[in-house]
Amino acid sequence: MSEILLVGEVNGGNLAEATAELIAHGKPLAESLTSSISVALLDQDSTSAAQEAISQGADKVYNIKDSLLGTYQTDAYLASLAKLIQEINPIAVLISKTEIGADIGARLAFRVDTGIVQDCIEVSVNSDNKIQANRPVFGGNCMATVVCESTPMMALIRPKTKEALEADTSRSGDVVDYNADLDESVIKNQVVERVEEVQEGIRLEDAARIVGGGRGMNGPEPFDNELKDLADTMGAAIGASRAAVDIGWVPYSYQIGLTGKKVAPDLYLLVGISGASQHMAGCSGSKNLVAINKDPDANIFRDARFGVVGDWEKVLPALTQQLKELM
Amino acid sequence: MSFNIVVLAKQVIDPEAPSASYRIDGSAGKLEVDSSQKIAPVINGFCENAIEAALQIKEAVGDATVSVISAGSDFVMDVMKKAVSMGSDEMYLLQDEKFSNLNDSSITAKLLATAIQKIGEYDLVLAGMQASDWDQAQVPLGIAEILGVPCVPIARKIEIKDGRAICERATDAGYETVSAPLPSVITVNNEFGQPRYPTLRNIMAAARKTPITWDAAELGLSDDDLSPRIKIVDLFIPEKQSQCEIIEGEDEEEMGRNLALKMREAKLI
Ligand SMILES: Cc1cc2nc3c(=O)[nH]c(=O)nc-3n(C[C@H](O)[C@H](O)[C@H](O)COP(=O)(O)OP(=O)(O)OC[C@H]3O[C@@H](n4cnc5c(N)ncnc54)[C@H](O)[C@@H]3O)c2cc1C
Ligand SMILES: Cc1cc2nc3c(=O)[nH]c(=O)nc-3n(C[C@H](O)[C@H](O)[C@H](O)COP(=O)(O)OP(=O)(O)OC[C@H]3O[C@@H](n4cnc5c(N)ncnc54)[C@H](O)[C@@H]3O)c2cc1C
Repeated sequence: MSEILLVGEVNGGNLAEATAELIAHGKPLAESLTSSISVALLDQDSTSAAQEAISQGADKVYNIKDSLLGTYQTDAYLASLAKLIQEINPIAVLISKTEIGADIGARLAFRVDTGIVQDCIEVSVNSDNKIQANRPVFGGNCMATVVCESTPMMALIRPKTKEALEADTSRSGDVVDYNADLDESVIKNQVVERVEEVQEGIRLEDAARIVGGGRGMNGPEPFDNELKDLADTMGAAIGASRAAVDIGWVPYSYQIGLTGKKVAPDLYLLVGISGASQHMAGCSGSKNLVAINKDPDANIFRDARFGVVGDWEKVLPALTQQLKELM
Repeated sequence: MSFNIVVLAKQVIDPEAPSASYRIDGSAGKLEVDSSQKIAPVINGFCENAIEAALQIKEAVGDATVSVISAGSDFVMDVMKKAVSMGSDEMYLLQDEKFSNLNDSSITAKLLATAIQKIGEYDLVLAGMQASDWDQAQVPLGIAEILGVPCVPIARKIEIKDGRAICERATDAGYETVSAPLPSVITVNNEFGQPRYPTLRNIMAAARKTPITWDAAELGLSDDDLSPRIKIVDLFIPEKQSQCEIIEGEDEEEMGRNLALKMREAKLI
């Protein structure tokens, strides 16, 4: 039986949420192509993650081992995945467009000499048994339907576009160790240092609630005062539009959107953000959008569930006060 | 010996153009702006950042040449000239009817890589992190694979030192510093500062400079080289139905309070 290979990721010893979602994307494709789902894990000691992948729906897990595969290093990851692909010859390769996936996806495709569909939000199999994907283009203003015409068929899938399947711990599958046997010369780039900037409070990508501010905040101070007060009251993380980042009110790590973080909270409250397609590209998976904007024609009201047309300077304090009474 | 920097710059439809101005040919995967709207194309924003980065590096290393390459079929010279008038030394336009709908980025990468090799010696290839039209963020990564050189995507700072590029790049958790041996391909984001405005002197100089143009034959590319591995079967504007409930109130304060109550009622908080 042919295999669909999924590039998996491990987060703190556990299978990454993005990989569980990727399996959910892969399952229906495997059914249509009468293939099985294999997940490659590049963590040194990911025994529990392998089992988790199987519970999520994988049939087989390749534990790729190599002394060069400690922490993430692009060249080592690329070399070992390319080797595995050339050896097992999968019918398709799916990668989640996480930080690592975006880094290796395109290069892996070039290395194994195939095409890749980028940034898909939906994948299916067409009547020619080819993988077909919908992907936003033009900053999300348009949608393109693209078909993979070469093998392996490769797709980079946007995270948070499908919910992971219910874990079934009774499932069983093969766990195979795969020695990548890398030559040290594959490593070209050297990571000199890696700095973690501890962001206060909740990580944006993990937050169940987010409050975002845009150019309409009119300065950096509201991010530390009114917006923060509201976020603290709701137990929310703070995000921002690119406009607010570009002016320098908040650092890039706050940016939500096409070229920023992809978030999918239960509640995203946007203040002074117009709702440009490039911003919405980063939060379209949110369950509920609520907008405060003084312009009744702002695009954001096309996406929001609830909206207030007004000046945030007047709306926010009253909203925060009322929330404090309710919580 | 002069330090040779190649910058890849793409001409794109102005991303600010309203979607109502789009003219779409879905099955051909073609999107144009209604010509009656008179919306000029622009140099992709991140590509202007790459030109800016190249000029900053040129200033830092002293003796350097900045060559800009662009591939396409219908360049608007007034737009593309900006790459030179910002301060670049040379411009190469890969222009051919066959490049009008580059439907697979492996072709675009092959084209640009071929041109880079044809130009000759290079120390650094700079590109934008992403084009604002098709949003692939992969052409430069492919070029690095074809040329067999290291690649650093999405840098926000570059320093050239002892034959290496020391790059700072943002990560989900903070940032990292990566050192890549030259030559290498580096893509940049918008953190290099505002792309500089062309000075009058550079505008005059640019006006006198003719770009070097190469077509598919001159690049030695056959039709086979240009055959795609992915196929675009449709392109459309997704429909959206607004169902926003606007919260009412006597004044904005009351609207704020009512929003809190509404969110509680809908169990959002
Ligand atoms: C290739 C590319 C990539 C991009 N990537 C991203 C990205 O990742 N993320 C992103 O966010 N953008 C991105 N953008 C930019 C995007 O197109 C928009 O320019 C940006 O999102 C606008 O930010 P904004 O909504 O804060 O500002 P604006 O569009 O200026 O909106 C400000 C809003 O605030 C409202 N307002 C003003 N004052 C008040 C007040 N007192 N009370 C209430 N409301 C008020 C106004 O009515 C307006 O709607 C990208 C663009 C390109 C071309
Ligand atoms: C609707 C549609 C959907 C598509 N989907 C896919 C897909 O899923 N997978 C795929 O492989 N291809 C796809 N393509 C083809 C792809 O968009 C083109 O090959 C395009 O030339 C490269 O992608 P990009 O413009 O997004 O560039 P990006 O890879 O986003 O560009 C990054 C940087 O590379 C440089 N660069 C890119 N193009 C040029 C150029 N022409 N001249 C100079 N520098 C350049 C610039 O520095 C730019 O900032 C699609 C095309 C269309 C029309």
